[in-house]
Amino acid sequence: MTAQTKDPVLVVIQLSGGLDFMNTLIPFTSGEYYDARPTVAVAGDQTLPLNESLGWHPAAAALKELYDAGNVAVVQGIGYEHSSRSHFRAMDIWHTCEPNAIATEGWLAHVTRELDPRGENPLTAVSFGRGLPRALAAPGVTATSIGDLDQFGLMTNVEAADERTRDLELFKRMYTPGVGTAIVRNYLANTGQGVLKGADVLREVPGKYQSDVEYANNPIARALRDVARVHTARVGTRVFYTQHAGYDYHSQQPLMHQRLLRELTEAINDFMRDLRAHDAAEEVTILVFTEFGRRIKDNGSGTDHGSGGGAYIIGDLVEGGLYAEYPSVAPRDWLYGEDLRHTIDFRGIYGTVLEQWMGIEPTAIVRGSFEQIRPYRRTLVGG
Amino acid sequence: MADEQIDLMAHLMRRVGVGATRDELEVLAARPYEEVVEDLIHPERFVDEDLDALDRYFPSSRSNDTPTVWAGRWLYHLVNSRRPLRHKMALFWHHVFATGWFKSEHGPSIVEQIDTFRENGLSNLRQILLDLSRDPAMIYWLDNCENQATAINENYGRELLELFSMGIGHYTETDIKMAARAFTGWTFEQPIPLYPFGGYPSKFVYRADLHDGGEKTFLGQTGNFDGEDIVDIIVQQDACARFIARHLYNYFVADEPQVPAWSVTPPQDPAAIETLVAAYRDSDADIRSVMRALLNAEFFKRARFKRVKSPAELVAGVVKLSGALTFPNPLAVRMATATELMGQKLMDPPSVEGWHTGKEWIDGGTLTERVNFAVGQVSDPKRPGVQAIVRRLAADGEPLAPEVFVQRCLDLAGPLAVGEDTRAALNELAAEAGPLTLAGNGADGAGARRVARMLSLIVAAPEYQFC
Repeated sequence: MTAQTKDPVLVVIQLSGGLDFMNTLIPFTSGEYYDARPTVAVAGDQTLPLNESLGWHPAAAALKELYDAGNVAVVQGIGYEHSSRSHFRAMDIWHTCEPNAIATEGWLAHVTRELDPRGENPLTAVSFGRGLPRALAAPGVTATSIGDLDQFGLMTNVEAADERTRDLELFKRMYTPGVGTAIVRNYLANTGQGVLKGADVLREVPGKYQSDVEYANNPIARALRDVARVHTARVGTRVFYTQHAGYDYHSQQPLMHQRLLRELTEAINDFMRDLRAHDAAEEVTILVFTEFGRRIKDNGSGTDHGSGGGAYIIGDLVEGGLYAEYPSVAPRDWLYGEDLRHTIDFRGIYGTVLEQWMGIEPTAIVRGSFEQIRPYRRTLVGG
Repeated sequence: MADEQIDLMAHLMRRVGVGATRDELEVLAARPYEEVVEDLIHPERFVDEDLDALDRYFPSSRSNDTPTVWAGRWLYHLVNSRRPLRHKMALFWHHVFATGWFKSEHGPSIVEQIDTFRENGLSNLRQILLDLSRDPAMIYWLDNCENQATAINENYGRELLELFSMGIGHYTETDIKMAARAFTGWTFEQPIPLYPFGGYPSKFVYRADLHDGGEKTFLGQTGNFDGEDIVDIIVQQDACARFIARHLYNYFVADEPQVPAWSVTPPQDPAAIETLVAAYRDSDADIRSVMRALLNAEFFKRARFKRVKSPAELVAGVVKLSGALTFPNPLAVRMATATELMGQKLMDPPSVEGWHTGKEWIDGGTLTERVNFAVGQVSDPKRPGVQAIVRRLAADGEPLAPEVFVQRCLDLAGPLAVGEDTRAALNELAAEAGPLTLAGNGADGAGARRVARMLSLIVAAPEYQFC
């Protein structure tokens, strides 16, 4: 019997607050970089060089290890025209692919609909943490959000088993989606039905997982361990969503940036090792993004909201390297005299992952045609 | 008593607080509606007399270092206070002026900020925005402590305009920079530095040496503006009146799309917004007057079950129903933990944007938390609130036909209006054990257990997610 076909899986990691791209991949030969950032700049001899002009921040050593092994595609200068400096607006734009109007439907919700048009598996898209991100929200699309994977289900405090079974039947009846009922009521009903179906499957997940990888005890490490637990249980999840918060360092940036970057990159490294140990890495692509980069000049303690950030595509079938162009740090090129100018549109990167990795036509989802990159050695969808 | 009066009073109390017990509703419904509203918008007429009991019987709740513990006190007040709107307004302003603990990890200042919202929540918007601009927790949260004449930090200036008073589209990037300049030197000090950030609240200070006293042009007016002038100009703007009106409508009347959408999505009830804007103008930005207009308006009285309960409203509401926290106990803090799992960690919102409300409170995970917490509250027949309902049912005269049993439980737990599917499911459950008898079977006898199970299904119903 031939090897079982594996469906491609996308793991999205959202960095909330605005990761400082310039201090993640540091242009250590640029005098302009050091002139602009007297407080937060990282000295050249502290960076972990990846070529003659760029070095990783020292706290990103675990990511450098993956990069050196050829598993990380760095998307330099990702952004969009008229980048918003509002966290909310910017995050909404990244979630909906709509920079010019308020949209409420998320790009990954549309992906979920493509993958599971009839909404048969509520675990097709799974988000860890509280609340469903807008990226996964759209009418008629069910995604599961998991606060605590180890205790998931309804009416868990009804002790008598027969009563609970009956109560769940009645619950199902109460949450009947109706034709013509109010939108919110119907959404609630669909959500309730999804929980019932998902809970039955998720109950088995923790017991199936064993691993020698010891993740750190911080939110992003716990979240990626949960992704590993669900992914290796093979319950049909194709889209995973996690968030790592705290990047909005207007002040005291150096310490905060260092801690967050270390937590993030070590968690990703552990996660990849874990998947490999379970023979479950090949089918996974990780996409790391943040809502914007930081202002070029520091403000004496941290950096303010800017544009032109970075994104990272990570996986065993990735063709590692640098993609798009590092935005010019020369003052004459600064956008509005203070920001990095983006060099590639984020919707092209979503399109890259959707079309080349997931095998999904991206035009409708990202609302247009945008330049893609070629970050894969090979893909599972015949690319 | 006429059912409509009870229904209306239950609606009012769900919105200004987290609901009321049947006993409370019957007292309130006997009074003229407008008189009840006057009492509600004048919280100074009452005291939170249970504060002393909280301190003595639940001393660990006095720790203001940890938001979860202090949030437990807040929820305790939402359950028990005789002046619920005082605590609800604090929750409203906390939604609008969302300040997170996680950045400073400085509990005392966050706690003090919420106390300020309690004190000024129904006062003039000018006062509210000035207090906010001088609030150390806010100053640190949006970096105004780093906003100096020689190094402008525009974070507070931007959010003051975008999220706290007018909304995008009513000012320019230049206005943001001018506002930021006017607030230079508005900072805080830490008087008793017990440990790195101190165990005491920080204090506002104005540092003239850091202030940019130069000329500024802000929203078309020019002068050597200070922060006070900026607030004065803001509260006179039509955009500000509309912004506050939409916020109050969204929070007290009916769910609407949230702030980022307001520049493009018109209000669902433009006439209601005009009413609130007029009240704002006529009273020169007095929030108490706007709330009076809102609570007495027909559009408010009609708007029943038009909002998805926030986690705080759901949790405190069902605890009020169960009667499990009429006296201080650790459930207060467990309630705070429960709201966190439902996506609302009080005093620690995820960003300055605050929480995504309305249907965005609900997803598979949070619905699970909501249902499980609510069921856990009323599934024990010995809970005082369940017993109170049992007593009223027994007084109806037994046995109760299954459908009457269902209707009376819906009535006493709300009154709650339900759709066909929910009623059919509840009727089915009631019919399985036939007519209900309660006499002589003790606090956790078979009859009382049937009532508790019925209430469990009711609070698990989709209709219970609305207020």
